[in-house]
Amino acid sequence: FDNKLFHPSTQMGKDPDMASAVAAIRTLLEFLKRDQGETLFGLRESLTSATDCLTGVDSSVAVSSAGELFLRFISLTSLEHQDLSQCKKVMEERGELFLQKISMSRAKVAKLCHTFIKDGAKILTHSYSRVVLRVLEKAAAEKKRFSVYVTESQPDAAGEQMAAALRKLDVPVTVVLDAAVGAVVEKVDLVIVGAEGVVESGGIINKIGTYQMAVCSKAHNKLFYVVAESFKFVRLYPLNQQDVPDKFKYKADTLRSSQSLSEEHPVIDYTPPSLITLLFTDLGVLTPSAVSDELIKLYL
Amino acid sequence: MADSGVTDGAEKKEDITRVKNEGKELSKEEKQRLRKEKKSQKKNKEKKDEQDALASEREKNCAPSTLSQPAAHKEPAASPPVQAAVSEPPAPAAGAPPADKPAKSKAELKAERRARQEAERASKPGKKGDPGPQSTAGKPKAPPSELQPVVKRLPEHVQVDNPEVLKKLAKKLERQQTPGRGAALKIPLRSDYGYKVSLFSHLHQYSRKAPLTQQLSIPSTVIHPVIVRLGLQYSQGIVAGSNARSVALLHAFKQVIRDYVTPPNEELSRDMVNKLKPYISFLNQCRPLSASMGNAIKYIKKEISNIPSQCKEEEAKTKLQDCIDRYIREKIVLAASAISKYAIEKISDGDVILVYGCSSLVNHILCEASEKHRKFRVIVVDSRPRLEGREALRRLVKHGISCTYVLISALSYVLPEVSKVFLGAHALLANGYVMSRVGTSQIALVAKAFNVPVLVCCETYKFCERVQTDSFVSNELDDPDDLMVTRKGKTQLEGWQQVSQLGLLNLVYDVTPPDFVDLVITDLGMIPCTSVPVVLRVKNVDQ
Repeated sequence: FDNKLFHPSTQMGKDPDMASAVAAIRTLLEFLKRDQGETLFGLRESLTSATDCLTGVDSSVAVSSAGELFLRFISLTSLEHQDLSQCKKVMEERGELFLQKISMSRAKVAKLCHTFIKDGAKILTHSYSRVVLRVLEKAAAEKKRFSVYVTESQPDAAGEQMAAALRKLDVPVTVVLDAAVGAVVEKVDLVIVGAEGVVESGGIINKIGTYQMAVCSKAHNKLFYVVAESFKFVRLYPLNQQDVPDKFKYKADTLRSSQSLSEEHPVIDYTPPSLITLLFTDLGVLTPSAVSDELIKLYL
Repeated sequence: MADSGVTDGAEKKEDITRVKNEGKELSKEEKQRLRKEKKSQKKNKEKKDEQDALASEREKNCAPSTLSQPAAHKEPAASPPVQAAVSEPPAPAAGAPPADKPAKSKAELKAERRARQEAERASKPGKKGDPGPQSTAGKPKAPPSELQPVVKRLPEHVQVDNPEVLKKLAKKLERQQTPGRGAALKIPLRSDYGYKVSLFSHLHQYSRKAPLTQQLSIPSTVIHPVIVRLGLQYSQGIVAGSNARSVALLHAFKQVIRDYVTPPNEELSRDMVNKLKPYISFLNQCRPLSASMGNAIKYIKKEISNIPSQCKEEEAKTKLQDCIDRYIREKIVLAASAISKYAIEKISDGDVILVYGCSSLVNHILCEASEKHRKFRVIVVDSRPRLEGREALRRLVKHGISCTYVLISALSYVLPEVSKVFLGAHALLANGYVMSRVGTSQIALVAKAFNVPVLVCCETYKFCERVQTDSFVSNELDDPDDLMVTRKGKTQLEGWQQVSQLGLLNLVYDVTPPDFVDLVITDLGMIPCTSVPVVLRVKNVDQ
């Protein structure tokens, strides 16, 4: 198959606002439509290899969780229909339905979360998250007045992107250094961050710098909110930073090219559930301990 | 149910109907009395007057005293909602002596009862005055009339300092003999040994030197010999550890089922359950049942009662034996391999793992991990008086795992070099608390202080519906003589019974809060400690 066609960036190019996981699923769905295989087993094999190919390009947690969800959903469907062509048709229909549902998930999260932002609030956020942006857009649309502090979030300075988007909404925004988080936390009322993955314990995996923000906000007794769609729930259970698998900590190119990983900087970190106040998902507003409950429902 | 003695007195129907009617009147009177109490804030005088009237009524009822009477008394006594401490203690107390000593004259009995009621009345103002400390002392009957109608009874094994409860237990054990046999073959009631520390005076404390089997007459046709042997093994500590105890229990029950013969005119499904009840009481007297054993017994009873009545005896017996085999295989053996699979993912090369005591499951995990060529070393923490860590050490060293052995007092010294702590569990409670060997919560606490992850490994059949937040309410007291140790020919604590202010406390279990536990590995996967009720819910749906 043609690798370029199945590059998630082609999907993202069409809509830059799409979550990387959604792009991955869309790619997989396209792949499914074009598959010429004759047997179910062959179909499953090729889908697995496609997922590996995707994670090879973009090794983020969200993509891997999306791939796993899609595979699981496929194997469930294959149990019901024995005839391959009928099976594929059902899969495609359900895939489209699934995509529609998850593209609505951001709107649902925004609807739940914006009520927690009070008028006059000072918000601290980390790096560039499209979900957080959506939430703040909704809050601004509801005529709430708030100001935002964004961390610069090196090494890719994604925070600047966030600040630019917020300025377009006429929201007063200040960009702070990553090192200044501890000093800024006492000025803010709440902290809202996105997540790349939500793990079984109720903790989150997010851009590096999230963990220290969580620790500082806990020390100052500030509310720490996480906004994430439900397809980001993943069946990992890290015990500490070291326990997060290397394939998530470093970019795919880094994993391929570097000699020794100890010289590389990890791009994500793990925030344990004890530091998180609430998680806003399209399944509802959850406490960290309820995440395991939802995961059991999703996967068992 | 076979428990009630009402079947014995079936002939005296008129007596029973009369007593039942009296019972209804009693309850109405009681309800009225309670209302008065609530309004007028417990006028003791009124109660005393009414109690005299009630007592005299009951004395009249007790005059034709047969075995059925106290039992029938208990039926209506149990049904009126709030019988609590107010007037019912006189009733069973009054009921019990006639059953035990029928030789005493009625006048003597009346005098006894009067004396007892005076004592109750005397203690009652004290009780009413401070219901707070009384309730914390573990007597749920103390706050009497304020309780709502549905009072959840505490099990008898946490009410050892309440004499009425002990009397009830004695009566229950007596009644659990096959009807028609002599009274000599009842299940004996084990008596407590030595001075009990006051905080734990509501629990049993037995001596290992006086096993229950010494009080049994030979031959004991009530209790199957395999059960007698099992009870002795439990009480002497030969079979220890929750998995070992459950498996031994299930094997013993298999033997019992093999030797079982349905008596004529009885149905297997009902009769076998009744046969098992005295065995379970006996085992409970030898050593209190663990949560895992409780779940296993519940399962067996359910399977037995689900046997269709038209099933032939041989078929039913083989079916039950297969059920037991399957339970052992699925819930214990296969669960252990599933848990090892998940746990080995969490063991990385270069790890230093801390284990406490001897948990068969944790040992199994570590042995499997070393077979899969993970490079790690183990620190075994041990504690007196059981010194179970030595057994774990022996097993691990035999597999070629490099181990270090310390006592629990050296814990904070070794923890800085530990990367993970693996703990076994005796039971997982519904609020996420972990009940395990005493010392476990100490290990979890210190590990948390050092930021070392704590992993608890537990099969799902050990999950129980109980809720407990402290280690006092429900625990087990082991033989206090175990704490005596002879060093250089001198035993310092030899004469501890003679010293009046000295108490020896040998606790067996303690309870760890879920904040100290990072991960629970079960056969269903890795879950946080707070998700135990979810698993219980899923399990109930499955069944």
